[in-house]
Order: sequence, then structure tokens, then C-alpha cells
Amino acid sequence: MSHWNPAPFAQQLLDLFASLLLLIAFAMLSQRRILTLIHLFAWQGLILTLSIADSAWLTHQPHLYYSAVLTLIIKVLILPLLLHRLIRRLDVVWDVETLINIPTTMLVGIGLVVFSFNLALPISHFSSTILRNTLGIALASVLLSFMMMITRRKAVPQVIGFLALENGLFLAATSATYGMPMVVELGVALDVLVGMFIFGIFFFQIRETFDSLDIRHMEKLKEE
Amino acid sequence: MEIWVLLSFPLLGGLWLGATGQRAQAPLANLLVSIATLGAAGFLAARVLQEGRVSAWDEQFVVDPFNVFLVGLTAFVGMTTAWFSRPYVRNEVQHGRLSASRLRLYHGMYQAFLFTLLVALTTNNLGLLWVAMEAATLTTVLLVSLYRTPASLEAAWKYFILCGVGIAQALFGTLLLYFAAEKVLGEGGGALLWTHLAQVKGQLEPTIVSLAFVFLLVGYGTKVGLAPLHNWLPDAHAEGPTPISAVLSGLLLNVALYAVLRTKVLVDGALHQPFAGHLMMGFGVFSVAVAALFLMRQKDIKRLFAYSSIEHMGLMTFAFGMGGAVANFAGLLHMTMHSLTKSAIFFAVGHASQKSGTQLMVQIRGLIRTSPTIGWGLLLGALAILGMPPFGVFASEFLILTTAMHEQPWATPLLLGALGVAFAAIFGKIQPMVFGPATGQRLPHPPAILPVFLHLTLVLILGLYLPPALALWYRQAAALLG
Repeated sequence: MSHWNPAPFAQQLLDLFASLLLLIAFAMLSQRRILTLIHLFAWQGLILTLSIADSAWLTHQPHLYYSAVLTLIIKVLILPLLLHRLIRRLDVVWDVETLINIPTTMLVGIGLVVFSFNLALPISHFSSTILRNTLGIALASVLLSFMMMITRRKAVPQVIGFLALENGLFLAATSATYGMPMVVELGVALDVLVGMFIFGIFFFQIRETFDSLDIRHMEKLKEE
Repeated sequence: MEIWVLLSFPLLGGLWLGATGQRAQAPLANLLVSIATLGAAGFLAARVLQEGRVSAWDEQFVVDPFNVFLVGLTAFVGMTTAWFSRPYVRNEVQHGRLSASRLRLYHGMYQAFLFTLLVALTTNNLGLLWVAMEAATLTTVLLVSLYRTPASLEAAWKYFILCGVGIAQALFGTLLLYFAAEKVLGEGGGALLWTHLAQVKGQLEPTIVSLAFVFLLVGYGTKVGLAPLHNWLPDAHAEGPTPISAVLSGLLLNVALYAVLRTKVLVDGALHQPFAGHLMMGFGVFSVAVAALFLMRQKDIKRLFAYSSIEHMGLMTFAFGMGGAVANFAGLLHMTMHSLTKSAIFFAVGHASQKSGTQLMVQIRGLIRTSPTIGWGLLLGALAILGMPPFGVFASEFLILTTAMHEQPWATPLLLGALGVAFAAIFGKIQPMVFGPATGQRLPHPPAILPVFLHLTLVLILGLYLPPALALWYRQAAALLG
């Protein structure tokens, strides 16, 4: 581990990106329109890319630049495009979901953020390197996406929540460490892509069988 | 070299079968590829026995006595399941439940699934381990929904979402571990390689490592099927094709537990106190108890044995949580016995439900009259899994329970009670299915009986006599677990 003098500007920029990511996570939690959700997801990917590029600049780690490019290609271009095509072919572009109790959801979300900061606090103390707050923010956005998956009743928003969860994990990877080794990152990216394709196949199977993408139809398997 | 050969058989076989899996000879080709994989695993095991450790690609892949034993088990059960799958698939085609494209998907994904399991077992890189575990979900999720019934789609969706979220927790845990390791090993020091981590485990920061373990246990524990994270497991087992239930139960759960064990070794080294062990014992006992209660209420035969898998995985998790030479030995032995017995049961169950055209236990009756071999297979398998002597499951359960009496007396009554309830529940349901008036018709293709009895014979022999060489091997593996 080398010691450097982190440029304060880049450091603050990194803080800014992390908080923007968290802000988008909140926006996704309360967004009802599927199309806007996809746009938000793309924005989140872009901010993640910028944040990775910034930490690459800060830490002089060349492989973080590759990682930023990989994120740009997958999270900002391929996945949103795939989602766009999917909702067009499924004819749910203008779908609006009825979300009950947005204020309560937001309040619980704030609680989750406080919880994550507390959880990350002891660890951040050991972080001599990059950020103190970023790990907490990353954990918070993971939990917020998790909550989004729980509150949604439709298949597509649930999957967007799943992908946003992956964004939070990547923020954690680049902020807490210098990013994962390249083999692992490529493997994770491959898993996400294959997973997205399978989700796509699933959407069609679900609609064919149930005539809708509502998860409520899929609550038959229970222990009586 | 041996590692590459081992991995290339299922990978190339999967690609090839993905293109040609609809042909009449594809089930046979599937079996042949699996036999080749088993042969490669045998060569690898021989070399590990000679040299103690084999590595490849800058230590990204390392095979030691612990994982070579699981590699062997995985390749073996993978082979016998492919053997059972042959008549099973042909009968399903005859019944019109599988089309050509679904056969391609099935055969291709079957080999791809074995490939991901073998990568997960042989890799030394904790990140790649995660990638392979996630890929194992991806390869099986479309197999769970293979029949495209509403119930199977629901099961597959649940499996995908729950395991996906669970495994995301494991990635966070892996990240934290990497974070802790990087402080010691420095950047580019192979901070995700298990062998490197094991060397410096005493210097890892305890706070971070314990938090990492919580995330890893919850993440991989979802795949092990530990209660209360087990919700996906009975559905995925019940709704998919039976060969997939057999490999999910016999192999995937083991590999997920393997991932937990690898990290437990590091955490124990860093903490110098049995934090990880306590967590695992808690989850283990809770799973055993929950599974026993749910066992009584099952109507579907595959769900019944899925809950039995949760019970046995809980028992293993408890054993490894206790730690120490004897408990680890017992846990490894139980892993082997459970894999062999449970997959044998699923083979018998698969044919029994094909004959009766249903998975509901009340409608499967008198197996012993219409097909004595399946009936006996199911009965003996059920007795074996319930821990009746002289089968091997008895030996491992006995070891676990006697160790528990010494070291964790509080858990013994709970475990014994749960095992009693499980016995009453399973035996009470299996007995009328085997005896009693007969229902069901003949199958167009004769069922594969040999794999069932091959597994049960192995379990019986290992229950009566554990060869010294094998016992030594288990002891070496148990020693690696600390």
C-alpha cells in the first residue's frame, strides 16, 4: 500500500458522486413509472462510472479505468437498452405502478441509511485510504434497492431493483478497496449479463402463463 | 493440467449438448461426458493423494484434500444422475412433456451446472468462487421452470430472486474480506486467494472479518437452505425435473456449504474465538427444528425430501459449527452420506412419480407390487436417510450427536427430538406408498435402477466399514478445517 496525498478536489468529487448515487436510489424507491425507472437506473450507472474513474485518478490504479469502461458499457449502455427493448416488446412502456405509502417507505429508507452508516462506522475507521463515508453510502444504497425489490409487485421494477443492488455493491468494491481483481470483475459482469438475459426470457414466460407481469399471481406456492 | 482436463469436459460437453441436445442419443452423450468428468476427477484425486496439493494458473485454482473429496463426490453423483436422467428424460418425451428445444436446454444446462460446481470447488480465488456460485443459480433457474407450468415458473422466479439477493450479500461479504486482506497483503498481493489469506489470517482485522462473515453466512447460507432463508428450496426441488432435484440436493447445497467453510477457516484464524462456530450452530439447530416441523405437513413427495435436505444441511452446519477434529470428520462424512442417499431417493421418487403421474403422496400407492425394485429402493433409501443402522447416515449422525453431548449439551435434546419427529413424519408417509394396494402404470422405458442401488450399497458399505485410506483422507480434510 503506497501513501499518496489525495487531491482534495477529487476526494470531494468522490463524496459528491456517492451521495448522488444514494439520491438516485431514493428516487427509484418512489418512482412509479417503469420508463423513468430505467432512465434513473442508467443515470445511476453513469454516476457509478464517473465515481470509479475518479477513484482511478485518485489512486493511480490503471485497472480501475478498465473497470470504469466496463461499467459504462454494461450499466449505462447495454442493460438500459436491453430493458428498453424488453418493455417495448412487452408493451409495458407506459405502465404506472400503484405504490402505497410512499412517505412511509421513504422514512424507512432514511432509517436504513442511518443503520448502514452505523454499521460501516467501525470499518471506516480502518480505512486509511479513500473514503470514510462511501462504504456507508454503498451499503445504504444496497439496502434501499433491496427494499425496492420487496415493495414492488411487478416483475420489471423488481429486476431493476436487483440491478441497482449490484450498482451499490460495485460502489462498495471501488471505495473500500481498489476494485476487485480483473478476473473477478469480468466474471461478475458476465453473470449480470447472463442474468439479464434469463430475466428477459422469464418475463415472456411469465406473461405467457399468467397474462400479466404482476407478481401477485405467483404467490400460490405456500405451506398451508 | 488435471484441473483443466476436469473442467473442460463439462464445459465443452455443455456447449456441444446445448447445440445437439435434442437428438435421440443426447441422454447417452450426457452420460458419457459425465463419465469422462468422473475419470478426470479420479486422476486429479490420485495426484492430490500423491502430492498433497495441486495448483494451476498462478494459484487461481488449488486442489487440496478437502476440496478434492468434494470434487470426487460431485463428479460421481453427476455421473449417476446423468445415468438416471437417461430413462427419465426419454419417458418424459414419451409423455409429451419435453420438446426438442427444451431437451437442448436441459442437456446443455446440466453440464454447464456441473461445470460451475467444479469451478466453485477447485478455485482458490474467493471472487471466482462467488462468480461460480452465482453462475450455478443461473444455469439451474431455467431448468426449474422447464415444464412451464404456473407453479414451476413461480418456483423459478422465487429461486432466482431469493438466491440472487442472497448471493449479493455474499459478494458484499467477500468485498469486506478483501478489504481486510488488502491491508495485510497489499495491492496485487493476491488478497482474494484463499491460500494467501490462510497464511495471514491471524493478522486480519477482527471487526471487519466478523462483519464479513455475517454477510457471507447469510449469502451462501441462502443457497445451503438454512432456515429462515430456505423458502426457495422446497419449491425449486418440487417443480423442476427430478434429476435436477437430485443434483440440487446432493451437490449444490454441499458446494454452498463448502463456500461457508472456506471462509469460516479464515474467520476463526482472525478472531481466536468461536464467533463463526456459534453463528453456524445457531442456524444449524434452527434449520433442523424448522425442517422437522414442516416435514409433518407435506403432501408432495419431492417437497417432503426437500425439507429433509434442509434438516440434514442444518445438521452438517451444526457439526462444522462445533468444530474440532471429530465434529469436522463427522460433518464431512455426513456430507458424503447425505449426497449419496438423497440423490438415490430422488432417483426412486422420480420413477415412482412418473409411474403414478403425480407427486402427491396419497395417490402413489403399492409401489412394491407394480415395480418391486423402485419400491425397495424408496423404502431402503428412506430408512437410510432417517439414520437407521447399518447405513452410513447412522454412523455420521451418531458421531455428530455424541460429540454434541460432550461439547454442546444444550443442543442434543433439540436435535434428538427433531430427528424423532422427522422419522415419524417420513416413515409414516413412505410406508403406505411402498406397501398397500397398487396404482400406476408401466413406464415405456425401463427405469434406471442400478444408480439407486449403487448409491445405497455404497452408503451401506461405508456404514459398516470405512476403509483406512478413506478415513485418513477424511481426517486430512477435517484437519484443514481446523
